[in-house]
Parts: sequence; C-alpha cells; structure tokens
Amino acid sequence: MSTVPELVQLLTPEGQRVEDPTHAIDLSADELRGLYRDLVLVRRWDVEATALQRQGELGLWPPLLGQEAAQVGAGHALQPGDMAFPTYREHGVAWVRGVDPLHVMSLYRGVDNGGWDPAETGLNLYTIVIPAQTLHATGYAMGVQRDGAETAVLAFLGDGATSQGELSEAMIWAASFSAPVVFFCQNNQYAISAPIERQSRVPLAHRAAGFGFPGVRVDGNDVLAVLAVTRAALTAAREGQGPTFIEAFTYRMGAHTTSDDPTRYRLAHEVEEWRRRDPIARLRTHLEQEGIADADFLAAVEAEGEELAARIRRGTIAMQPRPAVTMFDAVYAEQPPPLAAQRDEFLAYQASFEEAGR
Amino acid sequence: MTTETLTMGKALNLGLRRAMDDDPKVVLMGEDIGRLGGVFRVTDGLQKDFGEARVVDTPLAEAGIVGTAVGLALRGYRPVCEIQFDGFVFPAVNQIVTQVAKISARSQGRMRMPVVIRIPFGGGIGAVEHHSESPEAYFAHTPGLKVVSVSNPVDAYWGIQQAIAAPDPVVFLEPKRRYWEKAEVDLDAIPEPLFRSRVVRRGDDVTVLAYGPMVATALQAAAAAAEEGRSLEVVDLRTLSPLDLDPVVDSVRRTGRCVVVHEAQVSHGLGAEIAARLTEQCFHSLEAPVLRAGGYDVPYPPARNEEEYLPDLDRVLDAVDRAMGF
Repeated sequence: MSTVPELVQLLTPEGQRVEDPTHAIDLSADELRGLYRDLVLVRRWDVEATALQRQGELGLWPPLLGQEAAQVGAGHALQPGDMAFPTYREHGVAWVRGVDPLHVMSLYRGVDNGGWDPAETGLNLYTIVIPAQTLHATGYAMGVQRDGAETAVLAFLGDGATSQGELSEAMIWAASFSAPVVFFCQNNQYAISAPIERQSRVPLAHRAAGFGFPGVRVDGNDVLAVLAVTRAALTAAREGQGPTFIEAFTYRMGAHTTSDDPTRYRLAHEVEEWRRRDPIARLRTHLEQEGIADADFLAAVEAEGEELAARIRRGTIAMQPRPAVTMFDAVYAEQPPPLAAQRDEFLAYQASFEEAGR
Repeated sequence: MTTETLTMGKALNLGLRRAMDDDPKVVLMGEDIGRLGGVFRVTDGLQKDFGEARVVDTPLAEAGIVGTAVGLALRGYRPVCEIQFDGFVFPAVNQIVTQVAKISARSQGRMRMPVVIRIPFGGGIGAVEHHSESPEAYFAHTPGLKVVSVSNPVDAYWGIQQAIAAPDPVVFLEPKRRYWEKAEVDLDAIPEPLFRSRVVRRGDDVTVLAYGPMVATALQAAAAAAEEGRSLEVVDLRTLSPLDLDPVVDSVRRTGRCVVVHEAQVSHGLGAEIAARLTEQCFHSLEAPVLRAGGYDVPYPPARNEEEYLPDLDRVLDAVDRAMGF
C-alpha cells in the first residue's frame, strides 16, 4: 500500500491560516474579498440552477456544491491569455473566466450545445464525454509550444476520469512533449455512485510519478491552497517545465446530477463530516478574524447573490429554443448539397402544416 | 506544364509536401511517420525537411493522435493524422465521432475542425488480421465528417492538398494496395473539386459505381465486358460523404441498371445507401434493382482466403450479368 501523500493546506477547516513551505501565497485584502465573493456567488447560482431544474426549467443540472473552492481557486490561477478545458461541472471556473451564467444555463435548458466563445473567454466549451478534453488540452498546449507563446493550459477532470484510457494518453503525450498543460483533477470521491476506491488503489496524485512529472494533492476545499498550487503549476508550465497533475481533494456535497440519488450509495455521516470542511465557511471565518470582512461586506455579497439568482432565473425562463431549422446550419463550414436539400425538405414539410392550418 | 510519373504513395508524399510549403500551420502526426517515413513511406523525407515540430512521431495511441489534433486545430493548426492501418482507427473513433465531427455544430460554427485523418484502407495485400479493413461506412454515417477515397495518383496528389485546405474534418481513405500503381501527374493542372464524383469510362448498358481500390477493378471489368460487346459506364465516386450522385443519376437514367462495388461488407454499407437514393431518384428509369458486389458479411478472412472474399473482375461481371438478366 502506498502512503497517503501530504495535503497542501493554507487554511484549515476551522479557518486558521497555516503556512506551507513550498506553497506560499500573499493576497491583498481586496483579493481575499474577491475570492469570497466568487465562492458565494457561484454557490448561489448553483442553488438557483438546482431549483430551476426541480421546477422543470432545466433538463438537468450537475451541481458544483462543495467544489466551489477547487474551481474558483483554479480559475483565479489562470492568466487572461491561458486556456482552460472544462468538463460539464466547471461552473465556478466559467464564472471566474467571465462566461455569462446564462450561457451555461442554455446547455442544461436544452437550447444550445455550445454556449460561449472560447476565444473570448479562455474557456473551451464544456465536454461531456470523459475525458476527451484532456487530449484537446494537451494538443492545444502543443500548439502553444509551436507558437512560442507564454501561455499555459489547464485541463479539468474528475476522479472517475482517471480510469479512462484517454487520460493516460493525454498524460503520456504531455510528458513526452513536455507540453505546457496542467491536469487539474477534482477528486470529489465519487464517479456517480462508484467510490474512489473503485478507480484507484493509490492516491491519485501518485499517478503522476508513473508518467514522469510532479503530482500534488491539495485540499480542494481550501481556495488559497488551490490557488497557490495551481498558480505554481501553471507558472512552471509557462516556463517550459512541462506538466503537473493536481489532485484537488474535495467532496461533491450534492448529487452527481439532478437525476441522481446519492442517498442510495453514501452515508449521511460522511456528508456531515465533509460539511464541517465547507470551503466558504472557512474563508469567511478567516476574513472575519482578520478584520478583512465586516458585516456590511458579507451582507452586500449576499445581496449580490440574490440579484444574480434573480437575473439567472429571469434569463433562464425567458430562454427560447432557436428555430429548429438552425440545426442544419453549422454541421459543416461548407454545407454539402445533400444536406442543403434535406434542409429544404424540412422547411417544406414544416410549411405544409402552416398552409393546412389556414 | 510539369508532368511526372508517380506512384500513388509518391503522389501523396508530394501533395503533403506542397501543402506544408503552402501553409505553415499544417502539422503531420502519426506513428512512425518521421524518421521511418511511415510504414508505407508516404511521409518519407518530410521530417528531415520540415522538422520534428511539423512532422511529429507520436506515441503509440490513436485516440491520442486524433485527440491532440483536436487541440492543435483549436489553436489554429491544420493537423494531418496518419492512422497506420484501417483496423487501428477504432481506438480513435471516440474522438472522431464524439468530438471532431460535432465541434462545428455544437459551437454554431464558431469553432472549426480542419483536421485530416489519413487511413490506408482495404485488403488485397496478404496482410495479417486488422490490416485489411474498410471502415468507411462508420464515418460516412457520422454527420459533420467528410469522407473521401482516392483511386489514382492524380486524385491522391490533389485530393490530399484539397482535404488539408478544407475547413471541415476529412477522413481520407487511401487504398493501400494501389500505393504502388503509377500514373502521369500534371503538377500544374487545375484540379477537379474534391467532393465530386466522376465518370471515368463511358458506356450504355450498366452503370458501375466504385471508389478507392475498386475503381481499377471496375475498369478492368468494363474492358473485359467490352470484349463481349457489353458497354459499362464506370463512375469513380471519389467522395463518400457527402455523396455526389448527380452524375450517377444521369448515368443510371440512361443505362437503367446499376451495380455498386466496394470491398466493405455489403450489409448496411455505402452500396445500400446508394441503392436507396437511386431508387428514389431513378425509379421509373430502372430496368433492374440496384445490385451490390462487395465483401461478405463476415469478419475479414485470413489472407489466404481474401481472394475469394474480395470483389474482383469476375464478381463485378457476375453482378452485371444479373442486372442484365432482369
């Protein structure tokens, strides 16, 4: 049996600031308040989205509840020119990258499959097939190398993805070409119902050694530690030192998606144990103890969260599907004649109902 | 006019070289394509001239080749992937079908996938298992992909350049048993469009459709049939998706009879789709059902049996006889 790797932590679950000799971080009061605001807002968004799904306004929602610090921390480690490749749950990263939450909502409302422009946001589109995006990230990083650019690439994945062959290929490619890519694995302990023990006999961070690059395990509920560790890894990648694998040790407090029932496969006391490690509460305690956040600030963030939730609710409910004929539009850059003919048939068929209805 | 006598393999090599000269974003990736020049030597000498960053000897993993090509394309490159043999494309099918094919549509055209996936395909070279497959129908069935198959050095030379320049992903099927066949290639010609079929022999009695390795077979059959006074029109489909059936429809309306020839197993293959479309468009002109001469619905047999498995001149003529018998 391998030993449990050290967990990088800069903020204990009780909100106490601790130092780590290899991962120092020095943030201004504004930056700390900014992190707190992001954590609260993405949680508020997530809660609203779950409610909207329950009310029939979304087809599905994969909640990020419990993983806010991992995502906000990793998102803030990125520089504007960097590129991130998300799974389908990186709402916190999308928020930090400036993607309009409504663009994310459009996917789960079923009115879009893409949503935003990766070139503008530095966030590639969500990828549902696990873990296809880790290869895309690696290839993108190979392009960065050829451009001679000072750009780093961040590939998101979950613990379940570590069982997929494509991740192995991505890590081999990244190592072999020393590509500027960082693999950011949120180990939230479950791949739907399959616990981490079903995916791995060793701590995930240990996997990296077999590929020949560093692996780090960080407290995924500690936004400061995640930011420090990810920033260091991205800097190393940018400076030509190649890939890093980060295991953000966290917990999915909610269901896999709104279609899931986690009470069938995990115990309530386990969830309670993780609730005591909540990522937002510990930062709030720290900010209050240090006098960085007062009651007015906390209330203002709460109010902003309510405004955001209201905007998301209004925008989501107002979202209409595009005309169905647009499904023919961008299958190809150059529409082939047979597809154009099929599109015309579709339009004629639709028009036949309008005529019949007159 | 600069005309050279080239094998198909050499024509592809020169076409790749010219595409790389024309566009610095073209990057070749594949197993053994650099120092070795590829197992069929199609990329011979290119790494020496363009360097390791543009002719990439990859690790041995096909999903990795195509998956990283997606990322390179997102970064503005035009990757050309070589899959070493047809039977090895399947580990990459996840990336090809779920990612490469869908990215344009799911991004509403904001993101393009100018990726070419070269696959030496088909049998006839006495190879071991998994080296003689014809997987074209899987790809032709997938919206978002374009699928072409070249049959001769001229189309190989121009086709690979056109596929690389195309904004959409192209599965580019190279008939490996024809790699060594030669033809005159005019390197200054104005090429025919890539996604068009072409009548390669005029005739009146039966229309024979073929692509890739079977075009030569169909032409041999037409020559043999002519000796018996039977006139076959041969069409090289060239593009399998999108299908360009206009010249075929014109032909079948004249001949009233059609035989589709491919190495791939007949059931659920290209021939089935073509038969359905010709039935829709030529119903009143048909004197016989559209017939298929293709591989049997079995896993590709051991090499010593492939002669009986593959459609050949006699199987094509047998199908022509049956079409004439209706």
